[in-house]
Amino acid sequence: MSDQATLSDNDAGMITRVEELGYELKISQVMTTNVVTFSPDMTMLEALNLMQHHRISGAPVIMNGEVVGIISTEDLIRALRDGRIDRKVSDYMSKNLITAKATDKVVEALRIFAKKNVGRLPILDENNKLVGLLTKGDITNGLLTALQRDYQAEEVIRYRASHLFEDIESDRTSLILRYRIIKDDFLHGGAASNNIKRALLRLGADRQVARRCGIAAYEAEMNLIIHTNNGGFLRVEIEPHKITMEAYDDGPGIDDVEKALTPGFSTASEEVRNKGFGAGMGLVNIRSCVDEMTIKTSKESGTNLYMTIYLDKPKN
Amino acid sequence: MKITEVIAISNGTLLTPDVNLDREIQGGFAGDLMSDVLASVQAEAVLITGLCNPQVVRTALIADVRLIIFGRGKKPGEDILNLAIDENLPIAASPLGLYEISGRLTQAGLPSYEMEMNLFPKD
Repeated sequence: MSDQATLSDNDAGMITRVEELGYELKISQVMTTNVVTFSPDMTMLEALNLMQHHRISGAPVIMNGEVVGIISTEDLIRALRDGRIDRKVSDYMSKNLITAKATDKVVEALRIFAKKNVGRLPILDENNKLVGLLTKGDITNGLLTALQRDYQAEEVIRYRASHLFEDIESDRTSLILRYRIIKDDFLHGGAASNNIKRALLRLGADRQVARRCGIAAYEAEMNLIIHTNNGGFLRVEIEPHKITMEAYDDGPGIDDVEKALTPGFSTASEEVRNKGFGAGMGLVNIRSCVDEMTIKTSKESGTNLYMTIYLDKPKN
Repeated sequence: MKITEVIAISNGTLLTPDVNLDREIQGGFAGDLMSDVLASVQAEAVLITGLCNPQVVRTALIADVRLIIFGRGKKPGEDILNLAIDENLPIAASPLGLYEISGRLTQAGLPSYEMEMNLFPKD
């Protein structure tokens, strides 16, 4: 990747969530803030004791509120090797200071760690005062915490979604979807049902529930396309605890409902069968997918098919 | 079984080049009547069919089918392929018949995902 800020779509596709977080998180969000500091006049032995006590492997050296150096276990080892553990911190500290700003993004710190051979970075505010210390371990912890937060947020969304409209208070909350189904429109046959299924999934409905509603709606939709005079309507009402679907048309009505409910019985024409329909399973399928099915039919006013799926009781 | 494996065993050709092929196929279903598919196919199956129209794709989407194989040398048209590509559903075509494809897949270890239907429902 180039240093320029522009990314190609291809590059963008390769970016992981962790890398993204590197650009989102500020150093101030992941650094250690309770920083143990040393003064340059301390002895190396005092520094060693403090580091053991605080279980740290390095610390900035401060004089008059300014960072003047940094001490790490490596410097302690050098002092021990020289047998000069009684010497001052200022004699052994590293004065080649590499720092970062608290307002910088974590990715900046990662770049510094990659380029320079340092184990920790003193973090400064806009007035160059020490506000924290950053190690690679802090970055790892910060990223993991952020990922955990992402995950929890997703859990909350999933929980909410599994309880449709739970947080909305009203005497009766519902969402109504309506679809006009055109007679003989085989080209779009099943499109409305797929939209219904997709809407339910988007609202967070359980996959099984969405599938059952989809199958019932599909069969009802195909019935409107195949068996009506002028097509009809699909109406779906989604409530917190149930989904009610209604398919209605203006005729010609079902002659013998009992027969229509027999598996394999169909009045579909040869032409319709050639399209893969008219298996005589439509109403049978609907009945097996929904919790309640009611048919009102007459020659004069057509057919109303009511289908209800309850969300709190799983079928089968 | 992997989608590419199912297609290879079926002697099929993938017709939707850019769709995601990472999902696993759990079982198979063969049939030409879409209501039969909806009545008894379990989710995550391959649908093997000789019916060739856009409703096959819509039925497959409703039934959570993961791959459609058009058998008997049926070649789906642009309308079918475009719909499938939009929905990220892989489609293959095979010169073999439905019985042959089903047999080969069964032998390769892919189970039937057709639910048994009750011949004499009690009601």
